[in-house]
Amino acid sequence: MAPALIVARRELAGYFATPVAYVFIVIFLVLAGALTFAMGNFFSRGQADLQPFFAFVPWLFLFLVPALTMRLWAEERRLGTIELLLTLPLPQWQAVVGKFLAAWAFCGIALALTFPLWITVNLLGRPDNGVIVSGYLGCLMVAGAYLALGAAVSAMTKNQVIAFVLAVALCFLFAAAGSPVVTDFLSTRLPVLAEVARAISVSDRFGSFTRGIIAARDLVYFASFIGFFLFLNAVVLDHRKAD
Amino acid sequence: MGDRCLSALIEIERLTKRFGGFTAVDDVSFTVGRGEVLGFLGPNGAGKSTTMRMLAGFMPPTSGTARICGADVVDQPVAAKRNLGFLPEGAPTYPEMTVTGFLAFAGRIRGFKGSELDDRVAHAMLLTQLEGVRLQPIETLSKGFKRRVGLAQALLHDPPVLVLDEPTDGLDPNQKHEVRALIRRMAPEKAIIISTHILEEVGAVCTRAIIIANGRVVVDAPPSVLEEQGRSLDEVFRRLTLGATAEAA
Repeated sequence: MAPALIVARRELAGYFATPVAYVFIVIFLVLAGALTFAMGNFFSRGQADLQPFFAFVPWLFLFLVPALTMRLWAEERRLGTIELLLTLPLPQWQAVVGKFLAAWAFCGIALALTFPLWITVNLLGRPDNGVIVSGYLGCLMVAGAYLALGAAVSAMTKNQVIAFVLAVALCFLFAAAGSPVVTDFLSTRLPVLAEVARAISVSDRFGSFTRGIIAARDLVYFASFIGFFLFLNAVVLDHRKAD
Repeated sequence: MGDRCLSALIEIERLTKRFGGFTAVDDVSFTVGRGEVLGFLGPNGAGKSTTMRMLAGFMPPTSGTARICGADVVDQPVAAKRNLGFLPEGAPTYPEMTVTGFLAFAGRIRGFKGSELDDRVAHAMLLTQLEGVRLQPIETLSKGFKRRVGLAQALLHDPPVLVLDEPTDGLDPNQKHEVRALIRRMAPEKAIIISTHILEEVGAVCTRAIIIANGRVVVDAPPSVLEEQGRSLDEVFRRLTLGATAEAA
């Protein structure tokens, strides 16, 4: 097994050995359900799809994912285990990737546990399950992007509160960049930046996934987003691991 | 894995570490050969842990380098770490893991699997007398047990080089005795560096002592030679380290 997978396996087991996993999953499911049914008019819309659910997931992740990543490196620093982990014979990037994969798999588990919603729409109507799968894939991509960003921020600071607030703010930047408020504002004043804002926006890309479109350029976008922040994470870690 | 190793298993060459304007380790050079147990002494903040961290490849040196079994810790970190068993300061472990789980994790990273992994873990627990608590989460253990879990992790792969930062800190006298006996038993095949505050330990297990003060090596001699220089090791240590501090100030 690759060292990254061994690290990921240990991390993932660590989530479930502490209350972190259960609190995260319960809060995620409660909020996802409440928002989908109460604010998303899941039933009264009269449509057999998961659009109301997908509409809220990126906003839930905006707060829940940084809560997951804020402790990623800070906890290793607090316990001193970072010194142990990084003196084991594994390339440093494998440790970075391993931690990321564990957090990503964990988000995948939380998403998978929303399956009753999927069962409900299939019982009530005949949804396009292809669109639903694509929507879930989109959710996973957004989670991956926020996780990679949050993990890199967590490598920068020892302070978990700073890591959380900074990660939320940066994730929000990428979530809001494509929204009409931002792009309209920019296109009247700085048209060049409006294009950039639309190009880096996470929500635009996520939107096409929820419509059932899995485009190569969107996958490339998320892959390079995740790749870039994991690389940044490794670089930052190399410079600040001993602080 | 010991075959390729040269007689000087640890080579430290002009190692220097600066934090801003503060020089924590200043041009330190020494080698440790097979069969040597080097006691690394010095007051708090003298640069012991920093030197060990650089040797373990955790902290990049500002200048100079270190080699473990010929592998440079900066250029070939993974190769160097394969031949190293390292007990970091404070013996950090993952608190939620069981003793077996933790040791198996370290073993898997080191490339052991299946029955060999189980044997390695069992043997390391035997050496450090951890069998009684093998399935307990580490956070429920006492300080002495936690230290021995860290030690077991360092011994798991029977490395030719051991770097132990305060291996007997927090142990009761019986456990200290056991760990020292263990170090003496392993000594002939390995190059071992232990840092310690306890001067009697140096006489008990070390074949050589280095005293470091303000990041510099002030003495490098066998403990018996050190003792001859004064009434006791304590007195010699005080004279050398206080002298160095006064000089720097």
